[in-house]
Amino acid sequence: MKTRALETAGAWLLGFLWALPLAYAVWTAFHPAAFSTHFVPSAPLTLENFAKAWAAAPFARYFVNTTLLVTMILAAQLVLCTLAAYAFARFSFRGREIAFLLVLVQLMIMPDVLIVENYRTMSRLGILDTLGAIGLPYMASAFGIFLLRQTFKTVPKELDEAARVEGAGALLTLWRVYVPLARPVYVAYALVSVSYHWNNFLWPLIVTNSVNSRPLTVGLQIFSSGDQGVDWSIITAATLMTSGPLLIAFLLFQRQFVQSFMRAGIR
Amino acid sequence: MRGRAPSSNVIGWLLVLPAAVLLVTFTHFPTAATLYHSFFSTAKPSRPAVWVGLDNYRNMVEDPVFWQVLGNNFWYTLATIPLSIVLAMLMAVWVNGKIAGRGLLRLSFFTPTVLPMIAVANIWLFFYTPGYGLLEQITGLFGLPSHNWLGSQSTALPCLIVVTVWKEAGFFMIFYLAALQQISPNLGEAAALMGAGRWYFFRRVTFPLLMPTTLFVLINAVINSFRLVDHIVVMTKGGPDNATSLLLYYIYDVGFKFWDAGYAAALTLVLLIILAAFAMGQFLFLDRRVHYQ
Repeated sequence: MKTRALETAGAWLLGFLWALPLAYAVWTAFHPAAFSTHFVPSAPLTLENFAKAWAAAPFARYFVNTTLLVTMILAAQLVLCTLAAYAFARFSFRGREIAFLLVLVQLMIMPDVLIVENYRTMSRLGILDTLGAIGLPYMASAFGIFLLRQTFKTVPKELDEAARVEGAGALLTLWRVYVPLARPVYVAYALVSVSYHWNNFLWPLIVTNSVNSRPLTVGLQIFSSGDQGVDWSIITAATLMTSGPLLIAFLLFQRQFVQSFMRAGIR
Repeated sequence: MRGRAPSSNVIGWLLVLPAAVLLVTFTHFPTAATLYHSFFSTAKPSRPAVWVGLDNYRNMVEDPVFWQVLGNNFWYTLATIPLSIVLAMLMAVWVNGKIAGRGLLRLSFFTPTVLPMIAVANIWLFFYTPGYGLLEQITGLFGLPSHNWLGSQSTALPCLIVVTVWKEAGFFMIFYLAALQQISPNLGEAAALMGAGRWYFFRRVTFPLLMPTTLFVLINAVINSFRLVDHIVVMTKGGPDNATSLLLYYIYDVGFKFWDAGYAAALTLVLLIILAAFAMGQFLFLDRRVHYQ
């Protein structure tokens, strides 16, 4: 059929366009600067651009900072959201409905837009330019609370009661019954959270001003807008390097990533 | 008998407390503080902040940059959302069907989602570079004159819109993909038996069934169009002549380059009102008109 062939061609054209910028970046990063806009198959491959980028800025430190940041945020989110979600799902306490609505406010008014006042708060707390300042506004996540509450609500009440009869308290029941059953949701949430905070830029840019606390995204921006001139080969190498771990993880676990984003999105 | 167990009230609040403290400190309090500080002047070393009433708002109304930025954001939102939604639907329908190279296409569409916006912006900046960027090389092949895509008023914002659509369409695609997989294949077979064309089927069956997903995607897209300005920092810094400055970027400029906290608070309040209006609209209007299964 003619339309089918046309559609396939259209899909491939779009796919090609979508892959083009990244393919272009990969080409530039792995070839000497002389070939960065000169596409011949005989161009020699090189890792020199990566070596130069690595040497030109404290990327090792940035990697450590981002890793610590992402881990810290995720750990705090998992604990705080689990506790709150459990309360909202299974306890009736005074003011629960209003409290839950107030939690949901954060879905619309995210910390990303409250930069001016949150900066003031961090300054008053005296923790500007620390990883803590970058992470704190995100640790209680309305999205995480909402997601886990939905999941905990589907846990059969009988399981909960059975654990209680055996003498388990609230926290032990949560740990033994609810957490194991919500595992796929935890994985999904963790992947979304890690990619979000690995990629987050504006707020870290504002609250950091030294190598000791800068994450990769901010480091990359300072590196590429600095006095490197326009050596695009090195800048693209740095760009690929900073997104590398996430990109490789994505390519390896494509299915899990897509499913996680899907699961986390459907609420 | 055991001792009296703590009441549900106490346990409930204790469990919520840690998250509540952080949420109040970094969401509710700053929201209220934004309103409060928008009535004050900005503190200077020589002079502390003083109550100025509506002065910041008066300045805002008279600030041509504010109106330009608001207009930019309006066009940016209006262009990115339909474009990325239509493309996302198209991608999902293709990738859901029996198309050759399906896995590769899916990979190509989705990969921009996991890349940091800042990295993406760097790549696109190179792409748009006058003289030897890829775009210039392609237009050069057709003998078109060189053009500074990000440096001219008329093309800078459209260039950023392209980047955003490229970054987001694949993300929205997966929600449509999930929704399409929920639609029973029997529907399609029945329609084919009755001689309905594929376009007709899409328009009358698939599209309405995708409505809840479209609503979800729409809300996400709106929030993102007001929340994400990373690419502006990298690619244009709001220029040329504020042609690409969006509201949040302007807040960043005013708050952290001019250090005018009072005016930045007033601007933030406008942003919060816009976001709240969308939230209200979603509850009051859209929810009722959307077809749920």
